[in-house]
Amino acid sequence: MPKELLLKTGKLNKDEDSFVQGIKDCVPTLLGYLSIGFAAGVVEKTAGLSIVEIAMLSLLLYAGSAQFIAAGMLAAQASVTAIIFTIFFVNLRHLLLSAALSPYFKHLPPLRNMLIGSLLTDESFGVAINQAVGKTSLSEKWMHGLNVTAYLNWFLANMAGAYFGHWIENPEQFGLDFALSAMFIGLLVLQMASRNQLLRDTLVAVAAVVIGVGISLISSGSVGIIVATIGAATIGMVIEKWK
Amino acid sequence: MEIRWDIFLIIAGSALVTFIPRVLPLMVLSRMNIPDWGMRWLHYVPIAVMAALIGQELLVKGNNLTPIMSNLELFAALPTFLVAIFTRSLMGTVVVGILSMMLLRYFF
Repeated sequence: MPKELLLKTGKLNKDEDSFVQGIKDCVPTLLGYLSIGFAAGVVEKTAGLSIVEIAMLSLLLYAGSAQFIAAGMLAAQASVTAIIFTIFFVNLRHLLLSAALSPYFKHLPPLRNMLIGSLLTDESFGVAINQAVGKTSLSEKWMHGLNVTAYLNWFLANMAGAYFGHWIENPEQFGLDFALSAMFIGLLVLQMASRNQLLRDTLVAVAAVVIGVGISLISSGSVGIIVATIGAATIGMVIEKWK
Repeated sequence: MEIRWDIFLIIAGSALVTFIPRVLPLMVLSRMNIPDWGMRWLHYVPIAVMAALIGQELLVKGNNLTPIMSNLELFAALPTFLVAIFTRSLMGTVVVGILSMMLLRYFF
């Protein structure tokens, strides 16, 4: 690559890869997690958790569906072991997300990658993998901007739910619960639109929906997600090889 | 203090079993050269996982399929998909999704 062009792209990357840009790129996902986090705070409070416990749960566990499950199982007086084991399974999909991001963080030593992975969620993964299209690496600062914004938003939403939950009788009537689904739809469409392999991606997506729904009917939702991801990604890989 | 011992164990334990799968591949795989087929496989993970999440959000309640005619989520997903496809704006998609759901709940 000519030096001039390198400088040019270097300059371009500087703005695009900053911490502040990471914060900005997180903004569209805030509403979705604000409403889910609020609901999580309400459920956790209802399950009998104290404010300090809710704060710890949202800061240390930091995982939407897992926090709902923890609250539900606590209310049902499940054992400590059963709760931890269930959450392990529910959150096992992060293994796949973390693996899919790893090629873009080859330039960082393991401990700094640990910091990036520790705040990895479905949404930060979705935003990051869209950012990664056409690139060989992602910026550490940008990723921290994205992760930390999502993290604080989640914590505040949980706290708000714990404090003010009893004031709002039916948050569903405002359609806020759909924010999360809408965000996943947006992330999927953006991802597919940027990849130039619409047919194969559509096949993989349909396969993932069918496998995921099928498995959830006979097993649990989190097993469904894991099996669907492994199965559909394998289908995509095999189709690509045949072509 | 307002932290009970068994609750603390649950929080610490579940945080640990969540932390490990989050960080391990990023720490280990980024040190390795992943073979070609592995990269191809990983390339499909984002599509697969997002589609699987959407499928579950829209189609499943508990362990059952949501009946189509009473599935407001599925109807709200139509304008949401269209806005995503035509505007490519994540924010626009989320806002239209919420508004669609609100209107559907208001009328049905």
